[in-house]
Amino acid sequence: MASVAPAISGPHQYLQAQTRWSRVEIAFWLATLLPFVVAPNYLVLASQVAITALFALSLDLILGYAGIVSLGHAAFFGFGAYTAGIISKYGWGEPLSGLLISGIAAGLLGYLMSFVIARFRHLALIMITLGFGFLLLEAANSASWLTGGADGLQGVRMWPLLGIFKFDLWGVTSYWYSLIVLFLLFLVSRRLIHSPFGLSLRGIRENIVRMRAIGAESRAHLQKVYTISAAMAGIAGAVLTQTTETVSLGVLDFQRSADLLVMLILGGAGRLYGGIVGAILYMVARDQFSGINPQYWYFPIGVLLIAVVLFLPNGILGGLAKITASERLQKWMRTLPPWLRGAS
Amino acid sequence: MTTPVLSTRGLQKSFGSLVVASDIAIALPQGVRYALIGPNGAGKTTLINLMTGMLRADAGQILLGDDDITALGPEARVRRGLVRTFQINSLFPDLNALEAVTLAICEREGVSRTWWRPLSAYSGAVDEAYGILKSLMLAEVCYRHTRELAYGQQRLLEIAIALATRPKVLLLDEPAAGVPREESAELFAAVTNLSRDITVLFIEHDMDFVFRFASRIIVMVGGRILLEGTPEQISADPRVREVYLGGAHHG
Ligand SMILES: Nc1ncnc2c1ncn2[C@@H]1O[C@H](COP(=O)(O)OP(=O)(O)OP(=O)(O)O)[C@@H](O)[C@H]1O
Ligand SMILES: [Mg+2]
Repeated sequence: MASVAPAISGPHQYLQAQTRWSRVEIAFWLATLLPFVVAPNYLVLASQVAITALFALSLDLILGYAGIVSLGHAAFFGFGAYTAGIISKYGWGEPLSGLLISGIAAGLLGYLMSFVIARFRHLALIMITLGFGFLLLEAANSASWLTGGADGLQGVRMWPLLGIFKFDLWGVTSYWYSLIVLFLLFLVSRRLIHSPFGLSLRGIRENIVRMRAIGAESRAHLQKVYTISAAMAGIAGAVLTQTTETVSLGVLDFQRSADLLVMLILGGAGRLYGGIVGAILYMVARDQFSGINPQYWYFPIGVLLIAVVLFLPNGILGGLAKITASERLQKWMRTLPPWLRGAS
Repeated sequence: MTTPVLSTRGLQKSFGSLVVASDIAIALPQGVRYALIGPNGAGKTTLINLMTGMLRADAGQILLGDDDITALGPEARVRRGLVRTFQINSLFPDLNALEAVTLAICEREGVSRTWWRPLSAYSGAVDEAYGILKSLMLAEVCYRHTRELAYGQQRLLEIAIALATRPKVLLLDEPAAGVPREESAELFAAVTNLSRDITVLFIEHDMDFVFRFASRIIVMVGGRILLEGTPEQISADPRVREVYLGGAHHG
């Protein structure tokens, strides 16, 4: 997140400053604990938000950093969700190992897909990912002996987390669980984007032709990030299954991929927090709106999306970063006491 | 005679009926500063594309030292030390100069596969990147996004990124295109003062710079090599005067 840039004394200090935790970031993660106190009736929603945020983060890694457009990311979310559900249905309800297995399964699927993905860009990619999403949805629909088809997967029963915490109706365990998984995978992503590998991904996004001219292993990089992203999406799906104890075909729906893209664009792609902020705004707003007038939900979203793309091409976070980087604000910030400035 | 660092034999390329490279045979000895000149559309950029593997030749061979690299892809050729820059800036607009050069170094060293250690842990790579930027007068602006750099600085960054790959042979496609004259002179001085371990071939339209900075010159016309020689030989040759120097103004 944006913070006031400290004076740079050399390239090492500059790069270290890039990876430092800003106060805004720390405040943000502390604020994710607020629902337990302020909105204990909304923990189920909060848990859904955390899951979606994780899903959006997985898309940000490939879209925001490596520039791979995907309209079928729900394929991996759904694959993870079904894997977790089926394992549990057939007798293994331990959540953490279930999560791991689902992540590996989705990662493997992503790895296989990545051989195709790494060869294409732009419109071709949209079509391929879209087609792949439809394919998986139809496969899950017709394999009803395994997935329950349109009726959804019945009989998912999760054991208590760590053998102690039952998944309760109020979503206390669910939110803790989703939040911790989100935070851990956020840490992994944060590490990844500040690594040499993360730099190469941005290079691919910015100019893949030049990457060839410096001898970069672009294809291997793309395959790797796609696999990681697929595994993360699968884990997000698995958390959804485990916290709701059902799986429906909706986890593979095109709508889910499209909504995800909307959230990421709203929040700001390629900023790590963009997907998370987008997921929070989108899900909370949808919850509020659909209480009033569910059939009109996409009207304000449509307006908002157009407005953001027109006026904030880098999303809400991109707009905020621009404001905080402006001369006048910097001047004003310097008049504040240091602990308020957000710099560490 | 020692083996040339880079050579081609019978290189051939057509776009449909347009022949852009016809029986190209060149041989660049170690450490030389070559200029490749010729009127617009002569096929100079195409020749660089062929040598670096960005275009596939219809026929012929490309050798780096004693190795035939004709079948290798562009990335593999770069890793062996055959590196180019672009006539039209081909940079990373949203990376800053320090990141762009560090990126090339990390790819060269193979550390770009690492995703669990921060970039700042590779202080050797960072120092090297900063050193390259400094040598090209870019240290001051190295934290600025590439797209915010002045045009001349972007041209220098083109070269900085190429140098970060540790080239043996550096092919510069009009490195000073669009740069004001005084800055061009600085740029060419920086290029010719590079280590003699690096063999340089540059395309340039301005004859002053060509004669000042090249030790040998290749003249291309209509997809063929017309002539190859020292600046004295080239300037004295009547055919060159006719097709190139004497004719309409080019570049
Ligand atoms: N991909 C392509 N497809 C078809 N024709 C091409 C292609 N690339 C180049 N050409 C044509 O090949 C000829 C040689 O082009 P090239 O870019 O190599 O010229 P050049 O010597 O670099 O010229 P300049 O001095 O203008 O840069 C030109 O006539 C050009 O139009
Ligand atoms: Mg050219």
